[in-house]
Amino acid sequence: MIEAIRDAMDVSMARDSQVIVFGEDVGFFGGVFRCTQGLQAKYGKSRCFDAPISEAGIVGSAIGMAAYGLKPCVEVQFADYVYPAYDQIVSEAARLRYRSNGDFTCPIVVRMPTGGGIFGGQTHSQSPEALFTHVSGLKVVVPSNPHDAKGLLIAAIEDPDPVIFLEPKRLYNGPFDGHHDRPVTPWSKHELGEVADGHYTVPLGKAVIRRPGAAVTVLAYGTMVYVAEAAAGEAGIDAEIIDLRTLLPLDLETIVASVKKTGRCVVVHEATLTSGFGAELSALVQENCFYHLEAPVARVAGWDTPYPHAQEWDYFPGPARVGRALVETLEA
Amino acid sequence: MADAGMLRFHVPEPEVRPGGTPDFSNVTIPNAGSVPRPEIDVDPRAIRDMAFSIIRVLNRNGEAVGPWAGLLSDDELLEGLRHMMTLRSFDQRMQMAQRQGKTSFYMQHLGEEAVSCAFRKALTKGDMNFPTYRQAGLLIADGYPMVTMMNQIYSNEADPLKGRQLPIMYSSKEHGFFSISGNLATQYIQAVGWAMASAISNDSRIAAAWIGDGSTAESDFHAALVFASTYKAPVVLNVVNNQWAISTFQGIARGGSGTFAARGLGFGIPSLRVDGNDYLAVHAVAKWAAERARSNLGPTLVEYVTYRVGAHSSSDDPSAYRPKAESDAWPLGDPIVRLKNHLIQRGVWSDERHAQAEAEILETVIAAQKEAESHGTLHAGGKPSARDMFEGVYAEMPPHLRRQRQQAGV
Repeated sequence: MIEAIRDAMDVSMARDSQVIVFGEDVGFFGGVFRCTQGLQAKYGKSRCFDAPISEAGIVGSAIGMAAYGLKPCVEVQFADYVYPAYDQIVSEAARLRYRSNGDFTCPIVVRMPTGGGIFGGQTHSQSPEALFTHVSGLKVVVPSNPHDAKGLLIAAIEDPDPVIFLEPKRLYNGPFDGHHDRPVTPWSKHELGEVADGHYTVPLGKAVIRRPGAAVTVLAYGTMVYVAEAAAGEAGIDAEIIDLRTLLPLDLETIVASVKKTGRCVVVHEATLTSGFGAELSALVQENCFYHLEAPVARVAGWDTPYPHAQEWDYFPGPARVGRALVETLEA
Repeated sequence: MADAGMLRFHVPEPEVRPGGTPDFSNVTIPNAGSVPRPEIDVDPRAIRDMAFSIIRVLNRNGEAVGPWAGLLSDDELLEGLRHMMTLRSFDQRMQMAQRQGKTSFYMQHLGEEAVSCAFRKALTKGDMNFPTYRQAGLLIADGYPMVTMMNQIYSNEADPLKGRQLPIMYSSKEHGFFSISGNLATQYIQAVGWAMASAISNDSRIAAAWIGDGSTAESDFHAALVFASTYKAPVVLNVVNNQWAISTFQGIARGGSGTFAARGLGFGIPSLRVDGNDYLAVHAVAKWAAERARSNLGPTLVEYVTYRVGAHSSSDDPSAYRPKAESDAWPLGDPIVRLKNHLIQRGVWSDERHAQAEAEILETVIAAQKEAESHGTLHAGGKPSARDMFEGVYAEMPPHLRRQRQQAGV
């Protein structure tokens, strides 16, 4: 997935001289996750450069660049460190078009590695997507595989609105189904690891059904797509797994069609439960599919605690917990 | 080592509170003409003293003196006076309109007119200001229609921002005036980003960042200085020190621990302090800083020393926290009176012409107000459509907003 993300920026920078990439360690070094490797050498320091350690500075200056007419694609090293830039994202990037009635716009992308399952502890594991889906004016994207990551990132860079692009770092090198005791397979052995050359996009706002099924709908994104697949397989449940890909705006049509078909719904995410994005999904399903529901909508999420270190696998909603929720929802 | 006893907590206080006699004896005012004017490519280290002095052009007799004088013609100065008088008159009418319930909110520039009016004249078409809510002189001096400003204040059917924004939060790309945000200091780093973009694009345009004394305490101020210095961004970093942040005196933002201009020195940014009530000095310093930026020499920090004569906003009563007559005691006087006296001293203006101009300007402002009110005020007459509320959140309205617009029945 790292190569796919780098390729998306490479393709975008080659096509459009307005695309600028910067962030902490992003320039010469190529990023702590190698996502921008080679871009400075190829496009020069004016197009790809290192930034001071100031998330508010990175996002704030990107907003100014966007107001000028550039298309900055900036990196926040970990989603856990986006908070100093939160004011700039919420009060400025998200509102600029609205408050100026289109006089100024903010076509920026803020990339940030997200999610746990890597013994990242409290500040290298968080999933802050709900802090962004609550903000009018933002788009929020979470890819789950290299093919989508490239297509969604190119679409995000070309999008006229600010996009929060959350990259599950657990998926950078290969899919992960939550079985931490098994060897991880690289993307080269996975069909979605196949990434086409050149320019293509995956449209924002469109979910995709990863595994068709009839018994229960699972709403997931990022790493939890693979956890849900493993859980359904191991529990022998005919689950329909939807990879949301974009959380805002949300592909409600695909969700509603599936739940109306299955009559049951389980929402899974790594982020903490209370006021997490799952609450919004659950409410939408309830509002739109009430007469089709055979069971309460279930949510499997991270516990309402800071992300712990030693207790990683007690915290991370793995296939066992997701599987139990699937069984309970079918039996309800 | 001797026992130092209990630790004590320090909270700075202004010299005087309500009921006291205003005292600015702690403000050192250098003579007009006493600060040298270096070349724009001066080594920042050679002019560190300038961050602790005050560049002034107009002396007590209303004469323009020293190396920063002589840049503006009679006509330009007369135009500048008209801009400041227009802004003051505009402020008075809009403040009154707020009291009459025609709008919810207003913020005046009283005493600070020279800062934004003179600064605008040092910029070129295409440059971009990132103003706070107290730089409407940038619009007035650039010929932005007063009626449009009033339409925004009234949130009426002709409001260019469709009633979405609080009064005075103007936006005009065409007039180099970035959309104002309620969140303080955010625009300071954005200005630096805009300037970086201009440099990245090998353009010739520059940016100007604006902030007040109180907001320099925000972290975005620091971010802006780091980025401006690191990337040598073509930006003028303006700090308007009007001594007050609502009720909080500038010492709480640590003015008095040095100067606000001196904050730039740690970043290697040339930093000047200027008499903010001296139209000629503001213009000369702004021009110097703009030329530096345009010549690829990087950012300049400028502190404008002035005084917020009016209330913070239409929702504020300054008599609760500072002496009533404090503004009369302010040693740098009134910017309009000072320029007026200078023009009289130059022989191109008189008290009679001034009084006549005042009446003419008031008439123009009232005419603009009548026209604006014909499009409605906040609670009466034409309004923006409720449909406008849902537009412009995104470039294209997403399905969930279309559903909500339907639910709202608009």
